[in-house]
Order: sequence, then C-alpha cells, then structure tokens
Amino acid sequence: MKAVSRSLVATLLATASVTIAALPAHAYRAFVSNEKDNTISVIDTEKAKVIETIKVGQRPRGVILAKNDTWLLVCTSDDNRIEVYDANTYKLIKNLPSGPDPELFDLHPSGNPLYIANEDDNIVTVVDIDAGKILAEVPVGVEPEGMAVSPDGKVVVNTSETTNMAHFIDTKTHKTTANILVDNRPRVAQFTSDGKHLWVSAEIGGTVSIIDTETKEVIHKIGFEIPGVNSDAIQPVGVRITKDGSKAFVALGPANRIAVVDAKTFKVEKYILVGQRVWNLAFTPDEKKILTTNGVSNDVTIIDVAKERAYKSVPVGRYPWGIVITEK
Amino acid sequence: MPETKKPSLSSLRLATRQSLVWLGLITAMIFGLVVGSAPSLAVEPTVAPQSGGTTVSMIFVREDRDRLPPLSLLDFRPPNDGYDGAKLAVDDNNTTGRFLNQKFTLGTIVGVKGDDLIQHVVEEAKAGVSFFIVDATTETLLKLSDALKDLPAVIFNVGASDQRLREEDCRKNIKHTAASYAMLTDALAQYLAWKQWRKLVLVTGPQPEDKLYADSLRRSMKRFGLKILAEKEFVYESGSRRTDGGYEQVQKQIPTFTQTLPEYDVLLVADEAHQFGDYLPFRTWIPRPVAGTHGLVPMTWHPASELWGATQFQNRFQRLAGRTMSEIDYAAWMAVRSIGEAATRANSADSKTLIDYMLSQKFELAAFKGQKLTYRPWNAQIREPIFVATPKIHVSVSPQPGFLHKVTVLDTMGIDKPETKCKAFQ
Repeated sequence: MKAVSRSLVATLLATASVTIAALPAHAYRAFVSNEKDNTISVIDTEKAKVIETIKVGQRPRGVILAKNDTWLLVCTSDDNRIEVYDANTYKLIKNLPSGPDPELFDLHPSGNPLYIANEDDNIVTVVDIDAGKILAEVPVGVEPEGMAVSPDGKVVVNTSETTNMAHFIDTKTHKTTANILVDNRPRVAQFTSDGKHLWVSAEIGGTVSIIDTETKEVIHKIGFEIPGVNSDAIQPVGVRITKDGSKAFVALGPANRIAVVDAKTFKVEKYILVGQRVWNLAFTPDEKKILTTNGVSNDVTIIDVAKERAYKSVPVGRYPWGIVITEK
Repeated sequence: MPETKKPSLSSLRLATRQSLVWLGLITAMIFGLVVGSAPSLAVEPTVAPQSGGTTVSMIFVREDRDRLPPLSLLDFRPPNDGYDGAKLAVDDNNTTGRFLNQKFTLGTIVGVKGDDLIQHVVEEAKAGVSFFIVDATTETLLKLSDALKDLPAVIFNVGASDQRLREEDCRKNIKHTAASYAMLTDALAQYLAWKQWRKLVLVTGPQPEDKLYADSLRRSMKRFGLKILAEKEFVYESGSRRTDGGYEQVQKQIPTFTQTLPEYDVLLVADEAHQFGDYLPFRTWIPRPVAGTHGLVPMTWHPASELWGATQFQNRFQRLAGRTMSEIDYAAWMAVRSIGEAATRANSADSKTLIDYMLSQKFELAAFKGQKLTYRPWNAQIREPIFVATPKIHVSVSPQPGFLHKVTVLDTMGIDKPETKCKAFQ
C-alpha cells in the first residue's frame, strides 16, 4: 500500500516537472506534426489548448508512439530520418535510420520493429528501433504512403500512391504476398481491430475500399456524396475505426468534412464539417473524442464521438499533418 | 575491330535512326539551333513481348523543327525535352507492372521530320507498336494520323496546342495530353476576370503561332467578359538577340511602342516564338502587368509546383533528368501513364482494349493536379487544372472559383461539347 502510494507520488512529481501537472481525468496529450513549421504541437485534449511546441527536424509528417508511450517517433521527411523524442520531457533521445523521405510508419504490435514508407524511393524500410538498424528493405509500388500492421503482427500493408495498390508484406519473410489494386492515389490503410478487414482510402478515386484480409478481395467500396460540394473535392485520406468495429471516421480532404460510416453496413451516416483540407485523424484512448488535422486552416478540430459533432478547433502550426494521442 | 556479323532488320532500322539523330543534331548545331551539350538521348529499340507476361511497347517521336533561337538563354529547350517525361512514366509503369506481370518499353524516333518521320512511325506501327507519344507540328501530326488510319495505333499529341487539331481537324487516332490554346487562354481569362482586370490591350508577334495564340486570347477575353481595347503588332528582325548591350535601345523603344495605347489594366502578349515577350514587363509606358506568353503565363505544369503531392514527382524527375520538368515532359508523362493506367485497370496489353478503356467512363488518371483527369469524349483532349504562373512560382490555378459547369468545372476551359466542331468521335 505504502509502496503504491509512493510510486504514485513519484509519477505525479515527474509529471509535474514537465509542465502538465494535475490534469483532470481523461485529459490526454495529442502530438500534431506541423509539416511547414518543423514543429510538433502538444495539445491537452481536455483544455483543447496547445501546451507545448517541440522543435523537430525538417518536414515532419508521420507521428507514432512507442515503448509504452514513452517515445514519440517523428518522420522528418526532408532530413531522411526518424527522430525519437521523450514523450514526457520532449527531449531528443536519438535518430533512427529510415531510408529516404520517410512519410508514414507503423509499429509491430510487439513494440518492434518499425515499418516505414519511403515515399521517394518505392520501398518499405524495416527498422529495429532499439538497435537503430535497418533490418530489411521491401520493394513496393511508386510513392509508398500508408502503413498498417495487422493486429496479429503477421502482415504489414503498404499503399502506393501512383501504383494504386495495397501491398501485403509478410512480416517474417519481408516478401510481398498480395498486391491489391484499389482506386487512384491510395493514402491510408487501417485494419479493423479483429484483423478481418482492411480499409484503404483513395484520395483521387474518392473512395474507401474494404478488403477482406483472408480472401484478399475488395468486398466493398464506399463512395461519398455531399450536397453542394463538387465531387472532385471529396478526397478521402485518414481512416479510423472504433475498437468495437461499429463506426468509422473518414477524413475527406478539401471537402472539409469527416464522414461517419457504419462500419458493419458500410453506409455513410453523416458528414461533420471541420477545418480546411482535413487529412489525418486520431481517437482519444477512451474513444470519446476524435481529433483531425486541417492542413490549410492550420488547426485541429475536436469532435465529440457520441454526439458526432465538432465542438472545438485548436490553432496549431502551419500545415498540420499527422496526429497521435497518448493516454499518459 | 568492328563486328562483321550481318545486321538484322531491326538493328538496321536502329542504325538508320541513330545516324539520323546525329545528322539532325549536327544540322541543328551548324545552324545554331541547339546550345548546351549533345543530348544523351539514345535510340532504344522496342522490345519484343516476353513469354509469361505481357509487354506494352511505346515509342517517343520528336520532329526536328527549325526554331528561331529564343530571346533568353533560359528558354532553349533541353535536348531530351518530352522524352525524359515519357521515360519517368515508363519507370513508374514498370514499378507497377512488376506486380501484374506487365512490362512497358519505350523506343524513340527523333532527329527526323515530315515524311521521313511518318515513314519511320508507320514501319513501327506495322511491326506491332500501337502507342506513339509525338512532339510534332500540326501538319505532321495530321499527316501521321492519316498514315496510321488503318492500323491499330494511337498518337498522343504532347507538343501542339493548335486548336484545329481538337476541332475541325480532329482525328479519332489522336489523343491530346498537351493543352489546347483555348484551355490555356481561358485559364488566364478566368484569373483576370477574378481580379476584375477587365481593360486589356494585345501585342502580337509576326509568327504564325503568335497569331494562333492571339486568336485564342481574343476568344477567351470575349468569353469571360473582358475587353481588348487596342491591338498592336510587334515587328522584329530575328537574330538581334545576341546584340551586345542592346538593352539601352530596348529600354527606350518599349515605352514608345506602348505609349500610344489607351489606358488599360493588363497588357496581353502573344509571342509563342519567344522573340520579344520578355522585353515588355517593367518597360511599358504606364506601369501595368503583362500576361499571356510572357509575364503571367497559363501553363499545364510548373517546375516549382508542390501542390497535390507533386514534391516527390518533381524529385523523381530531377533525379532521372538532372533538370526540372517542362510542360512537354509533363504531357509525355501523362500520355505514358494513361497507357499504364489503362493496362493496369483493364489488366491487358491489347492495344484496342487499352484505347477503348482510355475513352470509357471508367478511365481516370492521377497526375498531381488534385483531382482525377479524364479525356473529353468528343475530341480526346485531356481535361486538367491549369497553372497561372510567373517563372518562379504559380500565382493561381484555374478554373477560378465561381465559374461553374454542369459536368465538370474543368470544362469551363477549352471548347466545350455544345460548341465543338469535332465530328470524328460521333
């Protein structure tokens, strides 16, 4: 009992020392990469405010957490590396090799390795984050972009923007096992939590393809129609699906909206107006909120998931791109 | 020691072409039409289909043209203009093709003109090549089209903006990835209308292509409610560009030349031959912007565009070509990518299947313009957003907000379906 309270005190103290003392319950921190500012904005999701701005390398895009949320990994695309920051002190821990122009990445569910899309080099690079070593390079299509590791860790999927495919890569052999054609300019890939389906957004095609991960077939294509919005402006990018597999949120780029989709029937239920050119999304760990990065209006919209309503926009740096949220 | 092996037919053809390239080059150099190092462009033979996969063969064709040297050293065309764009697209196609067991090859026919060019292309078409990416004059394109009429071949026009190729002289076997003059000048007119710069004057050069551009400017300005208050022709003696210290005279002549024009918002210039247009900005009698072929220019590609994910595309091109991407490179890239996209989606290498697919509703091309690009079904002209730009960076992209269309806003630029004189696709 005593030991527990002592460690609690220690944690609180440690937290206090990094400027975010005594947050109310369910206050999380969101890390938003600002592509043109070379910074990461840290947002307190409860106060809906930027509490810290971290200076990072050039052209930060993909962001992810590792090591039980103690490491923040940032793709600094123009520096051709992954920068690792302490997610609490915001100090640089080290740089990881990434191959040229890293854009997006995903971590193996075991915590290592990291799978990186090298947009300028038609490869996926596999990196051991402890040893800081490149383990493999897997050739894929032109302009690799989206990355997603399956919940069981057996498969990593990469999308290629100009080849227009979802490449399934075996995480043991590092060989592509299937290459599935989707619509033009695929951006984000997202597995359902049961691993049965893979959702792939196609920015120029204007659709989201649902792929059965067993048969490797496209079983459904979601289209979007918004009254008063030119169909060419509807450009799906970010996709997030609730853990229970009931709802999906799809960011529609210059249509400035998030589509709410019934993830069972694939029916679009609603469009939520957010900031301009919305690309990426992240749930808070309790899934009560979803945050969006709006590249042109330079802000982040916070959506109440239950009410399906945007209720706050938080100004961040220039061209907010990626987002990840920590429980801690 | 040279080999004495008897050359095969195909290598003979290759050798002929190669010598033609050099002949063309030498001629060009003698007449001072080419500066810089000799092009590294090699004549590449087309590759026969391999077993176990499908191969789509394409040929990049460039006609030798007598061009006046442009006013600015920066306006000389790079030796591999167009070819490098096609090459990048073939590489992109092959990266994709790897996953579908499809292979794409790119041959070349360059350094020839007129009937010689047509003969070479027809030979290749008869040998089974169906796709020709062609940078040639309007006259040669039309002759080539007629010569290929009964063969399963299609021409992609990547270098001619002449309106009549899309209108009264349109051809079923020519697709256009080069923008028409009407598209370009409509893009500019929309921007001027958006700015409310409505009072214009027009200065036209003496070359035939200058006149075509000027005709197109007149049509576009009228279409978007702008007024050309006065026109002047700019007469020049070609070859004066190298005159040492000529700027003093130019500095005195241009104000005098523009002094008699009525009060205007923008001076339009039609100088497709790049002979005098760059003399106008900053030298006019009254301080006004210049637009058209110089100053603020409508263009299909800008080498500094980073819009819509173009950064990686520009980088890939720079790595391959060692220079920035021109409009002709971009048009050639779109042509070869159209073929690749059709081959991927239709999962076929059969030329008829691919040609049909490109004209179908299903076809769409992602070409770093922020939306899918398609071909107009009535004249096979690609629809695309157009940059309105200065040499360093884009100022805007047309279509401009507020110009609406019931099919696609891209059809607010160029000759629309109800106005077309093209009958070949009916």
